[in-house]
Amino acid sequence: MARLPVSEEALIQRYGPHLNEAPPGGWDAAVDFDRQVRTHCCFCGQQCGIKLKVKGTEVVGFEPWYDFPFNEGKLCPKGVKRYLQGAHPDRLLEPLGRDPGAAAGFSSMSWDQALDRVVSEIGRIQDSYGKDAFAMLSGVSLTNEKSYLVGKFARLALQTANLDYNGRLCMVSAGVANKRALGMDRAPNPWSDIPLADVVFVAGANVAECAPITTSYIWRARDRGAKLIVADPRVTPLARTADVFLGLRPGTDSALMGTILHVIIENGWVDRGFVDAHTIDFGAAAEAVQHCSPSWGATVTGVPADRIVEAARLWGTSETGMLLHARGIEHHSKGVENVWSCINLGLATGKYGRPGCGVATITGQGNGQGGREQGHKCDQLPGNRDITNPEHRAYVASVWGCDVDEIPGKGLSAEEIVEAIHDGKIRGLLSICFNPLVSLPDSRFTAEALGKLEFFAVIDFFLSETAQHADIVLPGSLHEEDEGTSTSVEGRAIKINQAIPPPGSARLDWEILIDLADRLGRGQYFQFGSTHEIFDEMRVASRGGTADYYGMTWERIEAEDGIFWPCPEAGHPGTPRLYEGGRFAHPDGKARFNPVRHRPPAEVTDDEYPLWLTTGRVVSQYLSGTQTRRIGPLVEQYPEPLCEMHPRLAGTLGVATGDIVRVSSRRGTMELPARVVETIRPDTVFIPYHWPGAKAANQLTNRALDPLSRIPEYKVSAVRVERAQGHVQVRDRRVTALQTEAELR
Amino acid sequence: MSHLISDRVFVIDQSRCIGCEACVQACEECGTHRGQSLIHLEYIDRAMSTQTAPMVCMHCEDPTCAEVCPADAIKQNENGVVQSALKPRCIGCSNCVLACPFGVPKYFSRPDQMMKCDMCYDRSSVGLKPMCASVCPSQALWFGTLDEFGATREGALIFELRFGNQAVPTKVGTVVHDISAGPINVTVPVPGLWQEDPFGLEAAVP
Repeated sequence: MARLPVSEEALIQRYGPHLNEAPPGGWDAAVDFDRQVRTHCCFCGQQCGIKLKVKGTEVVGFEPWYDFPFNEGKLCPKGVKRYLQGAHPDRLLEPLGRDPGAAAGFSSMSWDQALDRVVSEIGRIQDSYGKDAFAMLSGVSLTNEKSYLVGKFARLALQTANLDYNGRLCMVSAGVANKRALGMDRAPNPWSDIPLADVVFVAGANVAECAPITTSYIWRARDRGAKLIVADPRVTPLARTADVFLGLRPGTDSALMGTILHVIIENGWVDRGFVDAHTIDFGAAAEAVQHCSPSWGATVTGVPADRIVEAARLWGTSETGMLLHARGIEHHSKGVENVWSCINLGLATGKYGRPGCGVATITGQGNGQGGREQGHKCDQLPGNRDITNPEHRAYVASVWGCDVDEIPGKGLSAEEIVEAIHDGKIRGLLSICFNPLVSLPDSRFTAEALGKLEFFAVIDFFLSETAQHADIVLPGSLHEEDEGTSTSVEGRAIKINQAIPPPGSARLDWEILIDLADRLGRGQYFQFGSTHEIFDEMRVASRGGTADYYGMTWERIEAEDGIFWPCPEAGHPGTPRLYEGGRFAHPDGKARFNPVRHRPPAEVTDDEYPLWLTTGRVVSQYLSGTQTRRIGPLVEQYPEPLCEMHPRLAGTLGVATGDIVRVSSRRGTMELPARVVETIRPDTVFIPYHWPGAKAANQLTNRALDPLSRIPEYKVSAVRVERAQGHVQVRDRRVTALQTEAELR
Repeated sequence: MSHLISDRVFVIDQSRCIGCEACVQACEECGTHRGQSLIHLEYIDRAMSTQTAPMVCMHCEDPTCAEVCPADAIKQNENGVVQSALKPRCIGCSNCVLACPFGVPKYFSRPDQMMKCDMCYDRSSVGLKPMCASVCPSQALWFGTLDEFGATREGALIFELRFGNQAVPTKVGTVVHDISAGPINVTVPVPGLWQEDPFGLEAAVP
């Protein structure tokens, strides 16, 4: 049915989000634990090392893991409080079936009943509408082993082409751009290169809130005298201290980078030796920015021309430099082009393959890097292989022991799967660790699509807003309840260790998938007795691919504090820095310049919708908030979305901080409190996206996709803002009390 | 006097703070005051800037909090670390809360006692970093030896702050970039820098 079985209020009353405020036993209980388990934080691609304190079968606290080299004990607030997602009143403990007659909308059922129902519905839908009419959505909160298993499960057990993942909302623009320009989809540097840079250029990355540990690397560079350039429509906490701040208009990143390349060429700062020896197509890239003078750039981006020239001088004349970018330039209908415009700056100045040099994406999701490498992306097979490449398919078929024709072709991307559901082409869905109702753009459309599903099954540990629409919910495992590996922002494979077993009758995700595969009659391909056995097959499947894990073992990964891929054979030390000596990963060893001509975003402002909306994260919440909106101390830090706007805009609207404003786009309308700050462009408003329903920023955002990466354009929409009724007290981040205007008087 | 706790010193560089509150969240995880965060973190003026300021106890040489305590409940230990009020003596009057020039002590109605940052004495006394300086992502809060500071960090350290005519020597160091200029004034942009006009609104953008 995929509609809510009972009212949202009844669902929330039973399944949350409720707030876990204190560790098991309460704050007054003595600090008492049996053991400390070395593992990593589940929130974000930094994958900080952390020690979880375990008492019996509960995680009761944490201790900094000083010896893990990436973060040396440092953690953001999410990492500090992540342990409160355990022993949680909302934790799903038994399989559930949709039941409009039950008070809370679901009734419990046995695993046999639940799994048989899922399998029979898969069969019914696929018999009626074809194999591809049943789709799967996955998430990169999953380990490499589970990501690999999901990829194999969808292709060989469900036999559907339509598998995609929520990494589609993360770094896919960078993935495509890096692969085509440089031959490999990975940040080219270990983070230890950042302190060696003479200039650090942060473009579209709110490092302080979305990758907090990276700030310490940038400060280490600055302690050596490095200059910092930041390009962002907001003065983020890191931008505040920058040497050069480029406060650009949303959607103009490629114009900014094109102008910088133009200035670099005009001033003779191009590293001709590097360009001639290690790249091709520089001429085309130069021709594409011939018209991008500083005054043109200033007009398009809104950044004063002298600042653009100064940024170009710093980047162009520094011996070493790192350009770090994230969703701010990637969440665009030209996300790939934006990344290419950055890569072009790195190639033109020879900033690759040396210490302190590189253009790197800051992967946002926990296992965003590793997840896509292992093949649960609609166009990829394990080892970052291409699902349309006959040789790649043949190799993976040989590992899987199947006929090559049994591997389906390229499927639809995440947003396109939802559109196909809306169109009635996809009738059934299995989702694991993905909350599209909150995280996909145009949430009203997503809700309409869910309503059209004939059958919807979910594997998750909490009943997310999307899972509320499910017919069957299978309780899976939290990060700390399973073991395996994940791959961090640096391309470093690390070991996730199990701290506790799943509670109640919840099961490990991989066991659920294998059980389903058995019942689908495809058990011969899933003879795994442990995640370690999955890892062993995964590294063989990756062998010879660009993301080659073949030489890794769990034991080595732990002993060596992680291993950077590629690690093609036993004893290989791994590859922290890519492209050493200017040898790129294309067969001819050369990098490709890609000509980038700036073009506007899919939606531009007009008289009806005169302002730019850009969306993003706050430091205390993670993605769709399924976990972090259930952790009391994190919710208290930033309880609900605020609409940031400049005092000049607020003045014309007659709005003060705390006033409720109505923000409308062509997709929808929401009301929320304003926060009037001088740290955002006057033509732009910002809303964080972690909340569901009436508080969802994605009610407003646009489903326009990048033609290559299929990433949605979260970072640019056209909106109208008006004053609405009501006012709340906003003290710093904390929204303390809802008050009506009458009460205020 | 020595600024060292064991062989290490606590340092604050307010200019590096990113306001993430990892310190606030981690402080209440400390074993001696679970559930009660004793560190302070404030926006200077969010309408103007994202600048935030973390404040741990500066561990004054002659602590004002102890001087104004009518019950003589606030003591320094042998390393000069200023402790929370002694529970049997504390009368909950909050004189210390009002008098501390840094606004550090906190009064808790339950258990009717002033509690304050003790530099995680349970950790620092056994060679571990305090919780806040352990987790701080930007290392605005830093704990280490003076040699390490000199080798890895920009800026100089001052160990005395002035409030009117009162000089307050502290064990906690404050980072300054020009030692003769005193602490960094984060509220007033330096003229000529972009912070005066982040979006070029006053400049003539064509």
